[in-house]
Amino acid sequence: MTFKPLTAGLASVLALSATMALAEKTDLVLGMQLEPPHLDPTSAAAGAIDSVVYSNVFEGLTRFGPDGSVGPGLAQSWDISEDGKTYTFHLAEGVKFHDGTTMDAEDVKFSLDRARAEDSANAQKALFAGIESVEATDPQTVTVMLKNPDGNFLFNMAWGDAVIVAPESIDNIKTTPIGTGAFMFDSWAQGDRIELKKNPEYWGTPAMLDAVTFKFISDPTAAFNAMMAEDLDVFAAFPAPENLPQFDADPRFKVLIGSTEGETILAMNNKMPPLDNVKVREAVAHAINRQDIIDGAMFGYGTPIGTHFAPHHPDYLDLTGLSEYDPEKSKALLAEAGVTTPVKLKMTLPPPSYARRGGEIVAAQLRAVGIEAEIENVEWAQWLETTFRGAHDFGFTIISHTEPLDINIYARPDYYFQYDNPELQKLMEDLSVESDPAKRSEMLKTAQTTIAEDYVNAYLFQLPLHTVAKTGVEGLWINAPTQAADVTGVSWSE
Amino acid sequence: MTDLRTDSLPPSGAPVRLWGRALRSRNLVIGAMLTLTFALAALVSFAWTPFDVTGMDIANRIKPPSARNLLGTDHFGRDILSMIMVGARVSIAVAFVAVGIGLVFGVPLGLWAAARKGSLLDEVIMRANDLVFAFPSLVIAILITAIFGPSALNAIIAIGIFNIPVFARLTRSGALTLWQRDYVLAARVAGKGAARISVEHILPNVTNLLIVQGTIQFSLGILAEAGLSYVGLGVQPPTPSWGRMLAESQTMISFAPHMALFPGLAILLTVLGLNLMGDGLRDLFDPKLRGRS
Repeated sequence: MTFKPLTAGLASVLALSATMALAEKTDLVLGMQLEPPHLDPTSAAAGAIDSVVYSNVFEGLTRFGPDGSVGPGLAQSWDISEDGKTYTFHLAEGVKFHDGTTMDAEDVKFSLDRARAEDSANAQKALFAGIESVEATDPQTVTVMLKNPDGNFLFNMAWGDAVIVAPESIDNIKTTPIGTGAFMFDSWAQGDRIELKKNPEYWGTPAMLDAVTFKFISDPTAAFNAMMAEDLDVFAAFPAPENLPQFDADPRFKVLIGSTEGETILAMNNKMPPLDNVKVREAVAHAINRQDIIDGAMFGYGTPIGTHFAPHHPDYLDLTGLSEYDPEKSKALLAEAGVTTPVKLKMTLPPPSYARRGGEIVAAQLRAVGIEAEIENVEWAQWLETTFRGAHDFGFTIISHTEPLDINIYARPDYYFQYDNPELQKLMEDLSVESDPAKRSEMLKTAQTTIAEDYVNAYLFQLPLHTVAKTGVEGLWINAPTQAADVTGVSWSE
Repeated sequence: MTDLRTDSLPPSGAPVRLWGRALRSRNLVIGAMLTLTFALAALVSFAWTPFDVTGMDIANRIKPPSARNLLGTDHFGRDILSMIMVGARVSIAVAFVAVGIGLVFGVPLGLWAAARKGSLLDEVIMRANDLVFAFPSLVIAILITAIFGPSALNAIIAIGIFNIPVFARLTRSGALTLWQRDYVLAARVAGKGAARISVEHILPNVTNLLIVQGTIQFSLGILAEAGLSYVGLGVQPPTPSWGRMLAESQTMISFAPHMALFPGLAILLTVLGLNLMGDGLRDLFDPKLRGRS
């Protein structure tokens, strides 16, 4: 008799301690290098915004899966008309924004119209350029009419720039983002952290974590120390590849090595003499030893590329053969182009180590064939101002282009490397209205070959994604098909 | 008149005694040896380094010290000894020119202010100096290099500007006491102008002070250059720099300590050497200690 309450008490104590142990493991501290400038993914190019809010706070009609596939998001299903011009999206039932307002067809119409408006601040307006009109047929149905059939439309709608926002909360979206995601915005201590908490009324599969903290640590050494001290549970896109073997050898941590959409290139200013001469650009391409750059700058992590295309994409062509390492050929090409060596050109390098270290190696390799690349290490703001925008005051720069399927940047003559080829521009225009998969694939391959043969830029390697996490963290994305740190499926094992 | 002139010079025989005392001063000897070692390394680097400092050898990267690379190699397979030798050249050149700027502008300003003590000019010069002094020098140096772009020249100017008030103040305070001396009074009575007295009688007697302070400023200049290079605002790659070597080796310190250790030691030993030398020189020149030996 007296045993019973005792065992029951013991059991309840055990049960209590078990739930307490579980309760300790329902939050996650995730480190990232860059802090977002604000939190509206629909009005800025900064990838750091998407890293925090994509899928966690904001959702689109469709969404990227961890493998890069496009699946249903707020639109549970869709019908495409025979001519490929009309998309009818059927929205999920009972979706509410974090402020309690209902998400319906009007919100979708508002979001898409806002993104494609004349005065829109959207960084990827091209995604919406094909839209003729958006209509809210009924609260759960949206009809989108396209100007031309577009095989990429569902893919376009999965981007972070195409997420659904509400007119009620749009005014303060930059500081208080209100979306439909499994997490809601909690607080932001600028310069330090952003906190998200679980959305208890999420319409889909609820998040397994109660709270997520995004902590911003830009310095690689500090990132390493914070991870080692277990101040962080995860570091997304760990910046120092040289430290990975140490994490790998430590039973407390695991290292996930995935791929990104980041084509890392030595961009050349195609308008600046002598780089306006294709022979000189070809000489640059042949002067570069990719393996040395991958080993020296990335400690061996990275896949060599020969064109502006991700190697894991089914339409990728291996064109590295067009730009083999051949310094003698380089010198011959420079002589052929009538260039007197040494040629002096400025090389601006943004902060990431792939650029700073890669730049030093590239400069040494170029020096060997008679091209003096004068290195100038710059901060991001300065890089954006002088290299990417503005006067394009650079000869070379190293940068990773992390947007998915972004070969169409070569069709923009005013883009920073200033490549102007009407043929390719026409090809990209045709591609945007082509929906036959076989033809699309063919066109993408032609585009890859065109830019590789024109030696627009020197293509170095595909940027890997290194995620360092505590052993118990499950459900992290290994690859980065888009810039995102999707924690909706993350949980602690044990 | 001739008597007055010799009054400002040390008595004959003094140089010999000075050398003797110098060699017996442990600080001075150790400091001078350290400083000379790095100065020599910098000089030799113009003619010869074990390896080409800009030559990369990726296959040979992050190798610990060995017979081939005495101080090991860095993450690009460059020889660290060669980089430290050339880095010494950069550090010394930057610090040397920066101290030079301080002397060239600071000393005349100090002499001038002392000659016109209490005048509006004195006030203007010294308050302007206070103004420069009031700013944290490294922060301003970062500002200057951030505005005008990172380069060795901008680093030199940034560091040099902050040497001006140091030398101006020192010169002024030294000169003020000298202006009270009888031989200066005599020179004035003899009809010499303030400028001539400053150059002929004051300047030679503040030289000792300036040498001691110059040594200290030199070491601070090396530290400042290393600091600017550490944050990426000093000399740009591929020119090696001690500060940048430290910054680059930071993430690898746990598995390649030699990459951070040697440039760190180079900075430490040079700065230590210059400080010891400064201390030694001050003891040597200080008249109070003269009687002891």
